[in-house]
Amino acid sequence: MSEHNPSGRPTGSDAGEEQAVAAAPPGETGVSGGHGPTHREHERPTVLHQILSGSALMSVLAVVLALLIGGFLIAFADQDVREASGYFFARPTDTLSATWTSMTEAYIAMFRGSVFDWRADTFAGMVKPFTESMVFSIPLILAGLGIAVGFRAGLFNIGAQGQIIVGAIVAAWLGFHFDLPPVIHLLVAILGGLIGGAVWGGIPGVLKARFGANEVIVTIMLNYIAVYLITYILKQPAFNPGRTGQRSPAIAADATYPLLVPQWLWPGNGFRLHWGFVVAILATVLVWWLMERSTVGFEIRAVGANPAAARTAGMSVGRTTIITMVIAGALAGLAAGGQVMGTERSLTAGVAASFGFDAITVALLGRSRPWGTFFAGLLFGALKAGGFLMQSLTATPIDIVLVVQSLIVLLIAAPPLVRSIFRLPDPGRPRRRRAAPATTEATA
Amino acid sequence: MRRVLKLAALGAAATLSLAACGQAPDSAESTTTSETSADAGDTSTAEDTAEDTEAAGGDNADFKACMVSDSGGFDDQSFNQSGKEGLDAAAESLGIEAVEVESQADTDYTTNVNNLVQQGCNITIGVGFLLEDAIQEAAEANPDTNFALIDSAFSDADFNPVEIDNAKPILFNTAEASFLAGYLAAGMSESGTVATFGGLKIPSVSIFMDGFADGVDKYNEDNGTDVQLLGWDKEAQEGAFSGDFENQSQGQTLTEQFISQGADIIMPVAGPVGLGAAAAASTADGVKIIWVDSDGYLTASEYKDLMLTSVMKQIGAAVETTVTDTVEGGFTNEPYVGTLENEGVGLAPYHDFEGEVPAELTEKIEEYKQQIISGDLVIETPNAPQQ
Repeated sequence: MSEHNPSGRPTGSDAGEEQAVAAAPPGETGVSGGHGPTHREHERPTVLHQILSGSALMSVLAVVLALLIGGFLIAFADQDVREASGYFFARPTDTLSATWTSMTEAYIAMFRGSVFDWRADTFAGMVKPFTESMVFSIPLILAGLGIAVGFRAGLFNIGAQGQIIVGAIVAAWLGFHFDLPPVIHLLVAILGGLIGGAVWGGIPGVLKARFGANEVIVTIMLNYIAVYLITYILKQPAFNPGRTGQRSPAIAADATYPLLVPQWLWPGNGFRLHWGFVVAILATVLVWWLMERSTVGFEIRAVGANPAAARTAGMSVGRTTIITMVIAGALAGLAAGGQVMGTERSLTAGVAASFGFDAITVALLGRSRPWGTFFAGLLFGALKAGGFLMQSLTATPIDIVLVVQSLIVLLIAAPPLVRSIFRLPDPGRPRRRRAAPATTEATA
Repeated sequence: MRRVLKLAALGAAATLSLAACGQAPDSAESTTTSETSADAGDTSTAEDTAEDTEAAGGDNADFKACMVSDSGGFDDQSFNQSGKEGLDAAAESLGIEAVEVESQADTDYTTNVNNLVQQGCNITIGVGFLLEDAIQEAAEANPDTNFALIDSAFSDADFNPVEIDNAKPILFNTAEASFLAGYLAAGMSESGTVATFGGLKIPSVSIFMDGFADGVDKYNEDNGTDVQLLGWDKEAQEGAFSGDFENQSQGQTLTEQFISQGADIIMPVAGPVGLGAAAAASTADGVKIIWVDSDGYLTASEYKDLMLTSVMKQIGAAVETTVTDTVEGGFTNEPYVGTLENEGVGLAPYHDFEGEVPAELTEKIEEYKQQIISGDLVIETPNAPQQ
């Protein structure tokens, strides 16, 4: 595991082992590194590499397919369909029409809840769903960008959840405990959240760079620590004036993100969309510049592509690992700021919801490209926003949304499956392989 | 694409053919579920419950009663479930439409509540005090519709209690019932040690433990005994908590520790986590459980032989009453407080332990119950609902 050599000087290990480390999915480096390379690993690109190199078309097809499968699940969960299917052979049309009705109703409700609700009374009410999608996409985009940066460096950062929580704690504390002038207060709180997340992200980075600790395990464990940390902190007197241990005081008005569409500009709009979305856009641009135009980004990509080659070229793999994790944590901290200072305006134990884990999916769907992640985050925000209306209008179980999201990941992790379903040619491989890819892809 | 359709069709056909040989319903008659048999000539196969009962309920069909769960979901065997059952019962008997939505995370509450209001819900009920802010905001923004909140009153930014004209808190003074449970536990304990633990340290949980502690103290005072209570110190308001309402193994570990310290009657105030406590109790000899919220003898029947009694909190009944009042035009923002007097809280029957509870203990408990109802005995607790 010379990749983790603290001094960064070249070691005597053969290139084959380095290749194996690079070739295995990052989550497995700790395991496979000890066994030495096998020939199969030499020949095939890594799962992560495969996922990242897939085309945007594959992402779109995966989403379409997942929605289609989700539609059938909606139908099966539907009372009418199940009843009609009881006498399918006596009158099949009932089943088919019930299936069609349940699917279309659910997805129409989802569209109305996430993009455009033509049944609302006012124009503001009609476009409000889309602003809701944007609100929910803010943490997904920001944390997703953090995960994506990690992926590019070959790091499986599972710790966005913990990084969001710690960022949220710091941001909230700065937000309600201090009394600072407007604008400055907001900036201080944003910065505080960013630093909180960066520190929490930096820990696994340092542990990996200095001691070779597997970042997957460390970040997962740090998630647990963060979850218990926030419940502990919420019980402390400073965070707990309501003696409930569940909710901090409200963030000071000076420290909240202003609404993007203020009331004076458009009276009675009722949008919750705040400047956090602008921050998400700026972060996307910044990450694009960082990854594609800056030296640091080049190093990150080089280390991700081949750590041995990067080291040979004079780059410090350890330093890049730490930088990557700090950036990832900082982005997760920004996501926390969006929640605490924008959407929720106070700290609760559930402030991170499951954003940290959804963000992994978002980064995968976005192929770890900044704009890909941005639009994937928007899509997942829409799925979330639409799910509310779908549940309340059609009584479709809200878990369907989660199933669709999971299906998307599943399909993205298995490009050959999507290709064969849609009869697409395989760009990378002249000959067709069937069984072999499927087994390794399952490990992702 | 053609292949995927083929596959899908094959899968669907295979699944359906397993159970697809039934009779088609006669279009003049409704299907199996419509027990109240909606209008004849209605060809659609199934309506939801609300519309089914249209005939029975008269002209209430356009009344919409809505409910938002907290992140525990409606299948939590605890207060979300009780709330939903109350709403379902109200929908059934009044013929109104019930809409129930689950929240998956704390971040969902505001959106869920706002969505329901926009759909035209006449009353929107939030389950659990985590929804306080969401319900309060919506109530202030929509003064024309009604709201209710289970297990919490409303408060302003500085946590001072406030009243909202169109929002009704539904609260329970469970200390009254758990006082009786504490008295019973102290009287029934053979080892002289009883225990309790909570899920989270929130008022609606601590209040159970306060009453339980007072009941044990009262028993000691009356009988000159020294029954010890583990897991809660009422003075300090400190005690044992499992940390959430989900992790049953945590409840099991806590209970095992209590048992090893000699406790033989344990009251877990932690919803489904109590199942872990019951599992631990079932492996020990002679350890009994006092269930909370619902009658555990019925709801957690796999452990019914351990259930000494249950401290019941009639959330379902309270929801049903609130909805019924609202439908009949009698909505008030006055808090509903469940007490022994109005049977909003109470002690469940002893079931299998009926014969084992000494008659004088039963009499004493009944006596205290009457004293509490008459107001001669007040169970003081800092967690009592503010009225």
